[in-house]
Order: sequence, then structure tokens, then C-alpha cells
Amino acid sequence: MVPTSSRRPGASSSPLRWLARSSGNWLPPLLGIGGFLLLWQILSSLQLIALPAPSSLFTEERTRNLILYPFYDRGGLDKGLFWQTMASLSRVAQGYTLAALVGIAVGITIGLKPAINRAFDPLFQFLRMVAPLAWVPIALVLFQNNQPAAIFVIFITAIWPILINTAEGVRQIPQDYRNVALVLQMSNRRFFTKVLIPSALPYIFTGLRISIGLAWLAIIAAEIVMPGTLGIGFFIWDAYQQNYVGEIVLGVIWIGAIGLILDRLMAWLQTRISPGQ
Amino acid sequence: MSTLIQPPSPGLRAPAAEAFLRFENVSKVYPTAKGPYPVLDGIDLSIHEGEFMCVIGHSGCGKSTLLNMVSGFSTPSDGRVVLHGNTITKPGPDRMVVFQGYALLPWFTAYENVYLAVDSVKPDLPAHEKKEITREHLAMVGLTDAADKKILQLSGGMKQRVAIARALAIRPEVLILDEPFGALDAITKEELQEELLTIWNTQRCTVLMITHDIDEALFLADRLVMMTNGPAAKIGEIMDIQFPRPRNREEIMEDPLYYSLRNQALDFLYSRFAHDDVE
Repeated sequence: MVPTSSRRPGASSSPLRWLARSSGNWLPPLLGIGGFLLLWQILSSLQLIALPAPSSLFTEERTRNLILYPFYDRGGLDKGLFWQTMASLSRVAQGYTLAALVGIAVGITIGLKPAINRAFDPLFQFLRMVAPLAWVPIALVLFQNNQPAAIFVIFITAIWPILINTAEGVRQIPQDYRNVALVLQMSNRRFFTKVLIPSALPYIFTGLRISIGLAWLAIIAAEIVMPGTLGIGFFIWDAYQQNYVGEIVLGVIWIGAIGLILDRLMAWLQTRISPGQ
Repeated sequence: MSTLIQPPSPGLRAPAAEAFLRFENVSKVYPTAKGPYPVLDGIDLSIHEGEFMCVIGHSGCGKSTLLNMVSGFSTPSDGRVVLHGNTITKPGPDRMVVFQGYALLPWFTAYENVYLAVDSVKPDLPAHEKKEITREHLAMVGLTDAADKKILQLSGGMKQRVAIARALAIRPEVLILDEPFGALDAITKEELQEELLTIWNTQRCTVLMITHDIDEALFLADRLVMMTNGPAAKIGEIMDIQFPRPRNREEIMEDPLYYSLRNQALDFLYSRFAHDDVE
């Protein structure tokens, strides 16, 4: 349990006063999360739900060891959460990088050439509606191998928001900027680096940020159905099959936390690269 | 004072030099859902090299279309626009535009915006000369101190100064301004008009400028083109504004000629070609 109010005695030293003044920021989320965990704890203790209580993550030996020793490595798939996560993240990194490169390149092309856009847009709109999980069998047939198949599933899931947002960003370049490029007779290269990319950058980043979340969603789905792969997705599936419910809960919390960190990272990068736009 | 009712044929004014920029029977028709919509009809106009020409008229009379055919962003449906004997077909840096919305790139500083223009138009100049030209033109509009500020940090008047510096830095033969000071407050507007005249006096490029402001036109222009109302707008009158240069606002406004010209323009715009949409 998270202590919600133990730090708020009415003392008058200045850090405490600062804490009291800023409490409007941190108190509501703390109460919300604390309340949720408390409710879960109560429901589990009363055995109204089959999930173990949040406190059992620390009291049960298996999950406590996983929390305390994320770096252990007993060979094979029996590794700590850190290594499981790194395996998943490295797949995400490869698929996502590929998706970003192809998505931005194709997005710029169809943004600049309406004819190409009209030719492929229906196909793109159709493909992006296919769920990550549905790509898994196709990927396995195509690649015959878990690792490239997983990377493909991430790629095909993550590419659409990048591609569609980039194309939109290119289409949204104000006519004024295009006119400036025309009257100055800028070379294509100059137009690309000085006008197109900076102008479309906020859109590209929106796509990249949506996609990092999708890529992380996809890796879990892909790993679950790919037996014998090291990774956080298969870790959960394995725990389910062996009926270690506590491990499933821990895995899910871990996944959520990593996803949140990835999203924040992209948001931070976005403010660093295109400030004020 | 010589006022010419209806546009003269090129020979009538007997210009000393061959006409530098000429509209030859120019018409513009836009296709619309309800059929063709004529914007301009049979425009004949000659502009001399180094002339400062203002265009005035009610909104919708095709002023912007007229100037867009010089910049090359629009082409005539009929007739042609000729510069130096060559028909204008596309935009080019010899006919630089100061756009209505400034059209500065917000991810660059004032300096970078001007430099980009210089570098695009004269890529072969040595870098130090390009830098020198950029600094010189920013200094002309009084932006030396603000040169390294991002466009987003600049006020409207300063943005317009950057746009003017950028336009003049590439040394165009024709400078086209589409209501450049319309969005500015009265004081900034007068300051910028004076700065524009000062710079123009040193460069003497040909200027075509759209305005809504009769006083602005009288202060700046050599001639004022007054357009009739659209559709199928024509040139209604061309007014000669023969105040000596360099001009001083106070002196001009003490000249009785100023008021007779002003009344003539007002009469044209608000009596003879009054518009429902009064501005």
C-alpha cells in the first residue's frame, strides 16, 4: 500500500509548507491510485476476485524475487525481468526504427504527390485496420522464424501512424512557404531541408509518439504467440500456463510502466526538437 | 497635375524609355461551379523602370490577381504580362514578393530567413559576401539587434521589416507588396512607410504595391492605379502623384495638391465606384 497522508502533519518547516502548497498537483493522482490499490486489496482479501492482492507481490516469494533480482540469469528463458524487457525492447527498437525510416520516406512521397497518395491511400487505410495479432501468422509464414517475424509485426503495426501523419504534415505546409520557395527558386534539396522537414516535424513527431505506444502493444501480442522467445510477452504467457497469477500481474504492471516511460521519452524528445510549435 | 481617364495606350504618355513592365490586354477568368467568372478584363498598363506604383480598389476587384500575374503565381487567361520584352510565365527572384502574411519561416531567426533568401538566389557568392548582404539589409530596416531572434518572438511590425529586408536583399528588379502594412497599427505603419521609402531611394527598384489606404498611396507612389469594381474589373483611372522626392510627410500634407488628389481618389472609390462592402 502507498501511504497517502502520513507526510502531512501540520508542521511549519518550509519543505513541508512547499509540499502543502503543491499538494493540488500530486495529491489527486496519489489518492486515485491509492484508492484503486486499496479497493483491489480489499476485493482480493475477501476473495471476490481471483487475482492475488497487490501486497502479495511482495509477500509471495516468486514475485518478490523477480522484483528484487531483475538482473538474474539462469540461462535459457529463465532470466530476470530486466533481461526479458531488454529482449522485447531490442525487437521494438529494430521494428520501430525500420517503421520510422520507411514511414517518413513514404509519407513524404505521398504528401508531395497527390496522385501516388490516391493510388495507395485505400490500401494503407485498409492495412492499418489489421490488428497486430492478425499479422503474427502471416509474419511466421513469411519469415519462418520467430525473431524476424516479431520485428515485422512491430514494423507493420507502427508504420501507419508515422506514414499518415508525415503525409498530412507535408500536405499542411502553408502555401505561403511553398510560394517563398517558388519565388526564390529554391533547389529541391534546400526546400526539403529548410522548409519541408521543419514544417512537417510536429506532425512527424505526433506519428512517432503514437507509434511507439503501438509498437510496444504489438511486441507483447507477438511474443505471446511465439513460444520459446525471451521477452516480457512470452514471460506472461509462460506464467499463465504454469498458473503463476502473481507473475502475470507483475508482468502487466511492468509492461505498463515501460510503455509509459517510452511515451514520456518521445514527448520529451518532441519538446526538445520542435519547441513552441 | 495630369489625370488620365481610362488607361492610356502605351504611346500616349510618351515615356522616355521603352516600357519596362507591360500588361497587354490582360484578362483573367476563373472557372467556377456556376460557370466562368471574369476577374479582370482588358488590362493595359505600362510601368517604367524604377517607378513606384500603387494599386487601390475595393476588395474583390482583382488587385491581388493583377499583381500575381507579375510575380508569376497566376497567369493571364488572355493577353500577357511582359518584363524586359519577355512574357512572364512563372515566379522568379527578379520579381520578389512581400507576402500578405509575411511568409517567414518560424523555425529560423530573422537573420537566417534573410540569409536563406540570399543563399538561394545567389548560391555562388562567397559566404562572407552573403553574410554581409544579409547584415546590411537587416540594418536598413533597423533589425541589427533583433537579428538573432526567432520569428515567433518578433512583433508584427518587426516581422514585416524582416520580410522587406528579405525581399530587398536579393536585389529584385520588381518588388511586389500585397497590402504590406494592413495589419499594423497606425504608428508602426507610418514608420514602415518611411523606412520603405528610404530604402527604395537607395535601390530604386520598380515597386508594385496593393493598398487600401489613400494616404499611404499618396505618400509613397509615383502613380496610383484605381480599379473599378469586379467582376471583370478594369483600370478606372491612373493618377499621377508628382510630389518631389525625397518626400516628407508634413510637407506633402501642407501642399494643396495633396487634398485635391485625395478628394479625387475618395470620389472615385466612394461615389463613382462605391461598394456595398465599405472598408
